[in-house]
Amino acid sequence: MRINEQDVQRVAELANLALTEEEISRMARDLDGILSHIEKLNELDTTNSEPMAQVLFPAADETATLREDVERAPLPNAEAVANAPVSGGGYFKVPKVIER
Amino acid sequence: MRDFHSLASHSIASIRRGLNAKEFSAEEFTRQALAYAEAENPKTNAYLMFSPERALASARAVDAKIARGEDPGPLAGVPIAVKDVIVTRGLRTTCASKILEHYVPPYDATAIIRLEQAGGVILGKTNCDEFAMGSSNENSAFGPVRNPVALDRVPGGSSGGSAAVVAQGTAVLSLGSDTGGSIRQPASFCGIAGVTPTYGRVSRYGLTAFASSLDHIGPFARSVRDAATLLGAIAGRDEMDATSAFAPVPDYTAGLVDMRGADDLRGLKIGVPREYFEGLASDTGDRIHAAVETLRKLGCEVRDIALPHTPYAVACYYIIATAEASANLARYDGVRYTERSAAAQTLADMYRLTREEGFGDEVKRRIMLGTYVLSAGYYDAYYLKAQKVRTLIARDFAQAFEQVDAIVAPVSPFPAFKIGEKVDDPVAMYLSDIYTITGSLAGIPCMSVPCGQTPDGLPVGLQILTKHFDEATMFRVADAYQSASN
Repeated sequence: MRINEQDVQRVAELANLALTEEEISRMARDLDGILSHIEKLNELDTTNSEPMAQVLFPAADETATLREDVERAPLPNAEAVANAPVSGGGYFKVPKVIER
Repeated sequence: MRDFHSLASHSIASIRRGLNAKEFSAEEFTRQALAYAEAENPKTNAYLMFSPERALASARAVDAKIARGEDPGPLAGVPIAVKDVIVTRGLRTTCASKILEHYVPPYDATAIIRLEQAGGVILGKTNCDEFAMGSSNENSAFGPVRNPVALDRVPGGSSGGSAAVVAQGTAVLSLGSDTGGSIRQPASFCGIAGVTPTYGRVSRYGLTAFASSLDHIGPFARSVRDAATLLGAIAGRDEMDATSAFAPVPDYTAGLVDMRGADDLRGLKIGVPREYFEGLASDTGDRIHAAVETLRKLGCEVRDIALPHTPYAVACYYIIATAEASANLARYDGVRYTERSAAAQTLADMYRLTREEGFGDEVKRRIMLGTYVLSAGYYDAYYLKAQKVRTLIARDFAQAFEQVDAIVAPVSPFPAFKIGEKVDDPVAMYLSDIYTITGSLAGIPCMSVPCGQTPDGLPVGLQILTKHFDEATMFRVADAYQSASN
């Protein structure tokens, strides 16, 4: 096994997912299968290969992505919070995090 | 106005002719199109929502322009469906996820604005795999889409609804999104044309982010010509998306058959990559080989080429795409996007329970894989390694394009499969993306054009890939092939 249920539990905490017991065991099995396929990459020697973080275009002007700093009206506050499950006074509301 | 049967017999040009001849107004045509699409939709579940008010407003604007003698735009009055991962101001945009079931975006995606400026009429939003994660449209929180060609089969994914509406004749054109094949594969399964343009060719402003270094917006249409016209209308630099390209947008229809007055491809060198024929279903392989013969008859010089890193593409993709997805989907945390778990008392539980309740299985699986490969101690072994392999895959294409003008290959190893057939094996589902993932990783333009059917009557797609920003050659080959095979 490349990944066990304890590892899954740890990763679920990082990902902020409250997985159920049943999901944890299924996830361990699924991720193990995927990671086993992914090991195929170790067959390749990549010492002389630069990491590709973004598609880069050959044309030089494609890197000129800075624009003029022009003032522009932001999204109105009421629209910005309109989709919030709980809001008030123009703010997003969340459960209390600081005890007085 | 003639009896309205289906939009399948309509094209951008036929609608324009009807408008010019006053055979119908854009508003009349839109009313009929909406009525037809709404009546037919239960067969496939391809639309999640219709937008009659917005559609009729767009149509009336087209009619008003025509009445004033103004140019109503290249997409005048054309009914278009939009994948529900592209945001539309005031129109619910769900990403086919429970977590966004009630989300009403406060702005329009750039592609939406441009499409409507060109006279396009948005009929509604289409079903897809949740957050565009899937290859069969079975991961939608709102039920699977049925393939209009064979209702017991999947339409492909993730843009399954967008492919299905065009094939079904409930839209003339549609927009989809492609991260690892989500336009080309459903286009091939449904027997229509689907285009993944060069990375950066179409602004992603307003496209719900899945994997930002791989996400594209692209068109579906029955004909290559109509797909080219729609791409031309939405492509080009947008200052709202810093990754959108400055390269000028040519007239993509200029190189097509009736514009050149000749249907040959003399002098064009076409590469056939041998790695794309291993593990191919024989019925599909037969169609692809026949298509290569057609291209040869049209004057192409056909060469065998090698893209040696192809077998590593799926592993590379599922590291990069899931890593980026795990970061992009962190925003669905119960604070801003409509859903919050009713059971949550603390801040931590608000995050954990909202996400647990709101996301489907495949989305959770990808968030977990992405979080794992980025977690402490694994970054170099997985994410960095995958980025280096991505360079090798991109280099394969760069070297191939020193010898050939275009590459042709299958889109999928097999045609549309039965609903439920592959849901229990995520690795098998991922591996089916093998032929489309490579082009996505390289960021080059690639498309699927219909190339006949298997003996069971299931559509097969021919994939055509060209250099960065050389959509024109891709369309020229696809259009000549489509004209010759009709």
